[in-house]
Amino acid sequence: MIHRFANPTRFVRLADVIQPWAAGMTFLFFVTGLYFGLFASPADYQQGETVRIMYIHVPAAWMALFCYTAMAAACGTALIWKHPLADLAARATAPIGACFTLLALVTGSLWGQPMWGTWWVWDARLTSVLILFFLYLGYMALNNAFDDAERGFKASAILALVGFVNVPIIKFSVDWWNTLHQPASVLKAGGPAIHASMLTPLILMALAFKAYYLWVLLIRMRGEINAMKVRALRMRQVQQADMADKVAAGKVG
Amino acid sequence: MSSFITILSRDLKLAYRQGMDSVMVVMFFVIAVVLFPFGVGPEANILARIAAGVIWVAALLASMLSLERLFDADYEDGSLEILILQPITLEIAVAAKVTAHWLTTGLPLIIAAPVLAILLNLPADGFAVLISALALGTPSLSLIGAIGAALILGARRGGVLLSLLVLPLYIPVLIFGVSAVDAGLGGFPFKSHLLALGGLLLATLALCPWVSASALRQALRS
Repeated sequence: MIHRFANPTRFVRLADVIQPWAAGMTFLFFVTGLYFGLFASPADYQQGETVRIMYIHVPAAWMALFCYTAMAAACGTALIWKHPLADLAARATAPIGACFTLLALVTGSLWGQPMWGTWWVWDARLTSVLILFFLYLGYMALNNAFDDAERGFKASAILALVGFVNVPIIKFSVDWWNTLHQPASVLKAGGPAIHASMLTPLILMALAFKAYYLWVLLIRMRGEINAMKVRALRMRQVQQADMADKVAAGKVG
Repeated sequence: MSSFITILSRDLKLAYRQGMDSVMVVMFFVIAVVLFPFGVGPEANILARIAAGVIWVAALLASMLSLERLFDADYEDGSLEILILQPITLEIAVAAKVTAHWLTTGLPLIIAAPVLAILLNLPADGFAVLISALALGTPSLSLIGAIGAALILGARRGGVLLSLLVLPLYIPVLIFGVSAVDAGLGGFPFKSHLLALGGLLLATLALCPWVSASALRQALRS
C-alpha cells in the first residue's frame, strides 16, 4: 500500500485531483474563519479586541508542531522503507513548517506586548518553540549542504528524527514548568475551556491552515519532482555530449 | 571492549602527537571568557552574577569548535571506511572516539574552569557545583556533538553548518548547568539540577552513539 504511491507519475495524478479541492477548502475556511474571527465573535472581557490575535496565533502554533511531526514521520519512512516520495515530502514540509513557527512566534510577540507588557519572555514554551524554529533552519541547511542530493536527504532525516525530542517538550512545557504562557485550553482532558463563540472561528482557522498546508505541500512536492526530472535530463544530455565528443575524437567506436 | 580501548588509545595518541589541538581549544575557552569583563565592564558583582553563564557558554562553544575534526580526518584519509569494515560494532567505535574527544577537550575545560571562575569573581560556594555540573555536562556535549560531526561529513561549509545543527540541541545542558550553579550560589538545593544533568548524560550516552553510527553509515554509503 505504502509503495503504491511511490511512483511519481501516479502521485502527480493523485495530486492533480486533490490540489484544487485543497485550494478551495483553504479559501472557504479562511473566509468563514476570518469572518467569525473578526466580526461575528465577541471581544474578550479582559483582553478586549487583542484576543482576535489568537485566531492566527494558536492555529499557527499547532501547525508548527504538526509540520514537524509530519516531517519526522516522513523522514522515518524514508530511512526505514526507502520510500522515494517521503524524502521529497519532508523536504517540502520544512520551509512551510518554519514559516508557521515564525508566524506563531511573531503573533505571540505582538499579543504578548499588550497582554504581558513584554514582547518576549524566556519561559519554557517560548524558548522551546524558538528551538523548534532553529531545528527547522538546521534541517533545511543540512538538506542543501551536499552536492549529492541523496546524502542531504539522509543526513537531514537523521537530524529531524533527533530533533523530534523537542516536540513533546513544547507540548507539555506549560504543564511541566510554571510559565507565563497559559496552559492548553482547547486540547485538554475534560473538554475545551473556551466558549463556543470563540471556539468556532478557532477551529475554522485551524482547518484553513491545515488545508493551506496540504495545498502548498502538493505544489512544492510537484516542484521537487519536476526538479528531479530536469536534473536527470541534464545528466543524460551531458553524458550524450561527452559520448559524442569521444566519438568525434575517434576514441570510441 | 578491547576494540574500544584500541580506538581510544589510537585517538589519544593522535591528539597527543598533533599536540596543539586541545591546547587551542582551552586557549579559545580562556580568551572567550576574558572578553566578557571588557564587554560588560569590570564591576565585580556583575561579573559574579554572570560568571556561571559565561563559563558555560564559552565551554559550549569551545567543545563545539573541536567537533569538526572528530570524524573528518578519518573520513578524508579513509580510515573511517576501514573502521566500518572491522568486525566490531560501529557504535562502540563511535563511543570510543567520543570518549577520546571528551578527554582531549572536555577534561581540559573542566581543569581550566576554576581559574576562570576566579577571574570572574565567582563566589566560593559556586566552585564545587560548577565543577560537578561541567563534569556531568561536557560528556553530553561531546555525545550530542558526535551526531552533528557525523552528519556534516562531506558537506560544504561543514563548520558553520555544524554550529547550526548542534547548538539548539545543546540548550538543555546549558539550562540545567547554569541553573545548578545559580541554585548553589543562592543557597538553594542544587541536587535536582545535577540529577537532571546526569539524566541527560545517560540518555545521550544511550542514544547518541547509535544515531551517529547510523549517520556515519549513511555518509560512507553515498
